[in-house]
Amino acid sequence: MGRYLIRRVLQFIPVFFGATFLIFALVFVMPGDPIAALSGDKPLPPDVVQALQERYHLDEPLYKQYGIYITNVMQGDFGTDFRGRPVVDLMKDRLPVTIRLALLAFFFEVVIGLTAGVVAGVRKGQFFDSLVLISTLIVIAIPIFVLGFMAQIVFGVKLGWFPISGYRQGWFSLMLPAFVLASLSLAYIARLSRTSLVENLRADYVRTAKAKGLNNRRVIGIHTLRNSLIPVVTYLAIDLGALMGGAIITETIFNLPGLGRAVFEATQAQEGAVVVGIATFLVIVYMIANLLVDVLYGVLDPRIRYE
Amino acid sequence: MGFLRVKKSEDLGGSSADPTAPLLEVDNLHVEFRIEDGTVRAVNGLSYTLGRGETLAILGESGSGKSVSAQAVMGILDTPPGFVTQGSVKFRGVDLLALNKKSKTYDHVVPEVRGTRIAMVFQDALTALNPVYTVGWQIGEMFRVHQGASRKEAKEKAIEMMERVKIPSARERINSYPHEFSGGMRQRVMIAMALSMDPDVIIADEPTTALDVTVQSQIMELLAELQRETGMGMILITHDLAVVADVADRVVVMYAGREMETAEIDDIFHLPSHPYTLGLMESIARPDVHVDRLTPIPGTPPDLLAIPSGCPFHPRCTYATERCPKEVPELESVNGSHSSACFYWKEVQVEL
Ligand SMILES: Nc1ncnc2c1ncn2[C@@H]1O[C@H](COP(=O)(O)OP(=O)(O)OP(=O)(O)O)[C@@H](O)[C@H]1O
Ligand SMILES: [Mg+2]
Repeated sequence: MGRYLIRRVLQFIPVFFGATFLIFALVFVMPGDPIAALSGDKPLPPDVVQALQERYHLDEPLYKQYGIYITNVMQGDFGTDFRGRPVVDLMKDRLPVTIRLALLAFFFEVVIGLTAGVVAGVRKGQFFDSLVLISTLIVIAIPIFVLGFMAQIVFGVKLGWFPISGYRQGWFSLMLPAFVLASLSLAYIARLSRTSLVENLRADYVRTAKAKGLNNRRVIGIHTLRNSLIPVVTYLAIDLGALMGGAIITETIFNLPGLGRAVFEATQAQEGAVVVGIATFLVIVYMIANLLVDVLYGVLDPRIRYE
Repeated sequence: MGFLRVKKSEDLGGSSADPTAPLLEVDNLHVEFRIEDGTVRAVNGLSYTLGRGETLAILGESGSGKSVSAQAVMGILDTPPGFVTQGSVKFRGVDLLALNKKSKTYDHVVPEVRGTRIAMVFQDALTALNPVYTVGWQIGEMFRVHQGASRKEAKEKAIEMMERVKIPSARERINSYPHEFSGGMRQRVMIAMALSMDPDVIIADEPTTALDVTVQSQIMELLAELQRETGMGMILITHDLAVVADVADRVVVMYAGREMETAEIDDIFHLPSHPYTLGLMESIARPDVHVDRLTPIPGTPPDLLAIPSGCPFHPRCTYATERCPKEVPELESVNGSHSSACFYWKEVQVEL
């Protein structure tokens, strides 16, 4: 297990540099001149422009800028925006909302998705199974922003159950956005766990478990479920990235002061340092989450640890 | 045959086990799978009796219903689509199947025999063992579930069982996973698990098919030895008679879910009395049996969705006459307990 983990950590190094460099380069080639955007209609005096350019290393070649940037990041310095405010401060401000949103969405996803999938798998071909298959298909087919607006209209405006905008009621404000954010992955998880369970229920070792005289609960709960969860856990790892990407749309629709909306706003304002900073941060979060999942994966499937 | 320990009478499914009854009596067993394309008639009137300390080989080509009949006895059929539609299975005089009035099929109603009184060993131990639990855990589970043993006790018992099936350094290997064992050792783990509750009957479904030849004979020897020690009855399912020749007492030859011939093992070798049995023997190499040629049986196994009328073997049979597609041959005594379900068993014997 130790060697397996070390290898996983080592694999992250090129991923980290590759991903952050790509983000950096993409933002760098964003059209428009950020300094001109800062000044508005009145052009800045040339010496001010030059001072700004030097301060933000805008006159250096791309790879050099990246080198300086990434060295700073590793010391916890994500740079400042054009108004001189450290990006770290902004992230500290916005992070709690996004983390809560993501956690809640993840919770919905795992609890509802997994339960629905497992129950459908056990009752394959029956009413509940068809219900899960059809409803998940609908969710998968609808884009997330449409789903968001629909949820706002139905549960917020018509039924008045949940707040539809802002973060004034804390966790409660997050219920609807988290559900919308979770919906797509929830549908995938439900389908995936259903299929995986149905497949595993046909496996030889399940027949052995029955022949051992174990009751149905033990056959499914102890013997089949753990094997069925292996692909689901893998999917969960990939999905963390989707949750964070989805947060940009969801936070904007529901007007939540989280990292996602910060990225959205910064992109519009051409605040390169903020976009790159937050994106880099998300890459790190994503990688740590992936590592955790890899550990879980190794725990679930002993064959992985030694491959 | 070693000493035969007679277990004291006990209650099974509400009725008392009869200590004098044979271990297992299967009578006129019918199993079908109701699938979209129709009804797969996998077992069509199988009967056999297994006594204490006896080893019965069930022989037949792939798809002849060997595994399905064992699953019906164990009560582990996939239902749906699989149903027992007729027949009875008695364990020490106690009926294991009961008619379900609603579905007109038979349910296995004595689950407490499963794994404890009747145990099963499967073909491929790599897939038959759960890949995510240690072998010690999987053997120990029997003691924990059926005897309420603690984790620690279960582990000690599991080590004992592993030593009993001669797995070297059992104590060190108890926490290994199935994929860390060789094929032969894995099959020993399966056997240890099956024997853990000291069952009266063990059903081994092609226990050596996945193994190479030298390991095959080691596993067969182990099974025979354990059987001598415990006096349990054993059903050996196989498609290769040579593998079980030294171990089996009796043989039931199956085709299309039906009994074609049944006899003591020596009689089967020396006086096969059914064209199908003859075909099976000609398709295997065996130094001590004289056959002129090594030929597979012509044709393919029957489509169980539409079993040929009359004798199901007639389309592939060189002895077939116009009578064979019209009439189902009954099992007829050839000599004592040796019977054949062929109109022309005498002609078959003559040719030898
Ligand atoms: N779950 C199932 N659904 C439908 N048909 C089945 C099912 N299980 C078995 N059968 C059918 O029952 C027939 C008998 O199968 P069985 O497994 O008993 O054969 P077998 O004699 O054990 O052969 P093998 O040597 O290949 O193990 C086969 O034709 C198979 O297709
Ligand atoms: Mg089989």
